[in-house]
Amino acid sequence: MSSFWQKSAAGYLLKSTVRLVLVIAAVSVISFVLVSESPIDPIKAYVGEVGLANMNEETYAKFQAYFGTDIPPVKRYLNWAHDFIRGDMGQSLLYRQPVTGVIKEKFANSMALMALAWVFSGIVAFVLGVLAGVFKNSALDKIIKNYALVLASAPTFWLALIALMVFSVWLRIFPIGFSVPLGVAAADVTVWDSLYHLALPALTLSLTGIASITLHTREKVIDVMGEDYILYARARGQRLWPMVTGHVIRNVTLPAITLQFASISEIFGGSVLVEQVFSFPGLGQAAVRAGIGGDAPLLLGIAIISAALVFGGNLLANLLYGLIDPKIRRQGRAS
Amino acid sequence: MGPSQTIVLQTPIRPRLNRRKLTITLALLAALAIVAILAAGILSTEAATQTSFLHKNHPPGADHPLGTDWLGRDMLARTLKGLSLSILIGLGASTVSAFLALILGVASATLGGKIDSVVSWGVDVVMGLPHLMLLILISYALGKGLVGVTVAVAISHWPNLTRVIRAEIIQLKSSNYILIPQKMGHGWFYVAKNHMLPNVFPQFLVGLILLFPHAILHEASVTFLGFGLSPEQPGIGIILSESMKYLSLGYWWLSLFPGLALLATVLLFDRLGHCVRELIDPHSVHD
Repeated sequence: MSSFWQKSAAGYLLKSTVRLVLVIAAVSVISFVLVSESPIDPIKAYVGEVGLANMNEETYAKFQAYFGTDIPPVKRYLNWAHDFIRGDMGQSLLYRQPVTGVIKEKFANSMALMALAWVFSGIVAFVLGVLAGVFKNSALDKIIKNYALVLASAPTFWLALIALMVFSVWLRIFPIGFSVPLGVAAADVTVWDSLYHLALPALTLSLTGIASITLHTREKVIDVMGEDYILYARARGQRLWPMVTGHVIRNVTLPAITLQFASISEIFGGSVLVEQVFSFPGLGQAAVRAGIGGDAPLLLGIAIISAALVFGGNLLANLLYGLIDPKIRRQGRAS
Repeated sequence: MGPSQTIVLQTPIRPRLNRRKLTITLALLAALAIVAILAAGILSTEAATQTSFLHKNHPPGADHPLGTDWLGRDMLARTLKGLSLSILIGLGASTVSAFLALILGVASATLGGKIDSVVSWGVDVVMGLPHLMLLILISYALGKGLVGVTVAVAISHWPNLTRVIRAEIIQLKSSNYILIPQKMGHGWFYVAKNHMLPNVFPQFLVGLILLFPHAILHEASVTFLGFGLSPEQPGIGIILSESMKYLSLGYWWLSLFPGLALLATVLLFDRLGHCVRELIDPHSVHD
C-alpha cells in the first residue's frame, strides 16, 4: 500500500508542478500586461513632477533606458521571462538592487508574520468553532458566533489601527511599528526583540482569519451533531467529550484543513494591509511601495511569489488530504 | 405535585422574529440606510471639505458629534460623505461583477466545450492570485484613482458567483423543462433566457447582495493603501489612512468612528444577504 501511495503521490506532484508552471505563466502574463498598460510614468513617479519638468533631454533619455520604457512591451516581456527562468527577476528601481534580493529580505519577515498568524488563527478558530457548534444555541455559542460575525465584516486595516491605538499608544504594551527596535544595530537585535515587534501585527492579522474559519467549523460541527451516529452515541450513553473527540473532531478536521490552507490567499491580502499600518518591512509593504513608486519589476516579482504561495497552500492541502483521510487513501489503493 | 399541574418536557424556543420577518426588517433597514447615507453624503459635501482653524482637533462634543480633524473639518460630515462614496462605488462595482458572473456562468454551462474550459481556467487564474494583489495590479494598470479602483473591484469579484451559477445550470440542464424546448427546436439563447435565468435568479440575487459588502471593504482597502480615491475625495479609506498620522497624538476619534460606520454598513448587508439566501434555499442554513 505504501508503495502505491508513494507512486500516486509522485504522479500527483508531477501533475501539480505542470499546473503550477501554467498558473505562474498566466499570472505573469496578466500581471505584466497590467503593469505595462499602466499610465503611471515610472520616471515621473521616481523623480517627481518638478524633477521631470526640470530635466534636460539627455537625462530623460538615460532614465528611459534605465526604466526600459523605450522597448516595446512584447519584447520586454520576453526579455523578462527569459531572465526569470534563469532566476533573475530584474532590478528593483526603488531599492536599486536585484528584485530577488529585495524579495528574499522581505520574504523572511512576511513569512514570520503570516506563519504566526496562520497557525494561531487556525488553532483558535478550530477550538472556538467546535465549542460553538457542540453547545449550539447556548450563551457561549451566541457570544462566539456574534464575535465572529462582527469581526468578519471589519476592515482589516481598521482593526490594525484600533489595535495600534489601544495597545501601543494608549496602554504602551507593544511597540508602535517596525520589525526591530529603532536605533539599535542590526547585529544587536535579539530574537525577543523581533518577537516583541511581531506579536501585535500577527495577533491583528489572525483576528480576521479566526472569524471565517470559526463560522465554517461551527456549521460543520452542527451538521455532524445532527447525524444518526451522534444520536446513537448519545443513546448508548457516551459522554460528551469522548463523543466530541471520537466523532465530531474526526469529521470536521478535513474541511477545516482545506479552509485553513485556502485562507493563505486571504492572509496574504491581510498582511499587505497590516504591514502598511505597522510599518512592518515585509512583502506587502514592498508591493505597496512598488505600486506607488512605479517599480514594475518588483511589483511583478511579488505578484508571482504570492501566486506561488497560494498555489503551494492548495497543493499542501490536497496532499494532506491523502495522508489524513482514510477514504482517499483506500480509494487510491483500490484503483 | 398537584394533579392539575402539567409537565412541560420541552419548551420550544421561539425567536422574537422569524426568518421572513427578520429578512424584511433587514431589507428595509438596508434600503433606508442606503438612501439616508446617499442623501446625507450629497448634503454634507460642503461641510466635509470646509476647514476651520478655530476648531482644530476637537474631540467629539456637542458641536461636532464625531469631533474634527487637524484642519477643523467636521468628522461626521466627512464620515457620511466617505460612506456615500464607498456605497456608490460598491453598488456600481458589485452590480457589474454580478452580471459578469451571470453571463460567464450561463455561457460556460450552456455552451460547454472550449468556452467552459476558458472560463474555468480564468476562474483558476483569478483565484490563484491573492485578491488584494490583483486589485493592486488592476488599479495600478488603470493609473489609480476613482476609475481604477471601481473597475478593479468590478472585474475581480466574479469567480465565486460564476462557479455557483455554472454549477446550478449544469444541474438544471438535465431537467425536462430544459430538454423539451431544446428538442422543440428553440435556440440556446431562448432556452437560457426563458428557462434557465428565472431558475438561477435567486442565486444571482443572493450573490449580488453578498458581493456588495465585499466590494466596499475592498474599495476601502485599496484606497487605504493609496491606489484608490485621491485625497480630495474623502472615501473611508482616505479618512483612515490620513488618521494614521495622528494616531500617536491620541486623536482616536479620527479612526474609530469612520471605521465603525463602515463596519456597520458591511455587517448590515452581509446579514441581509445571508437571510435572503436562507429564505430562498432553506438547505443552505448550514453552509
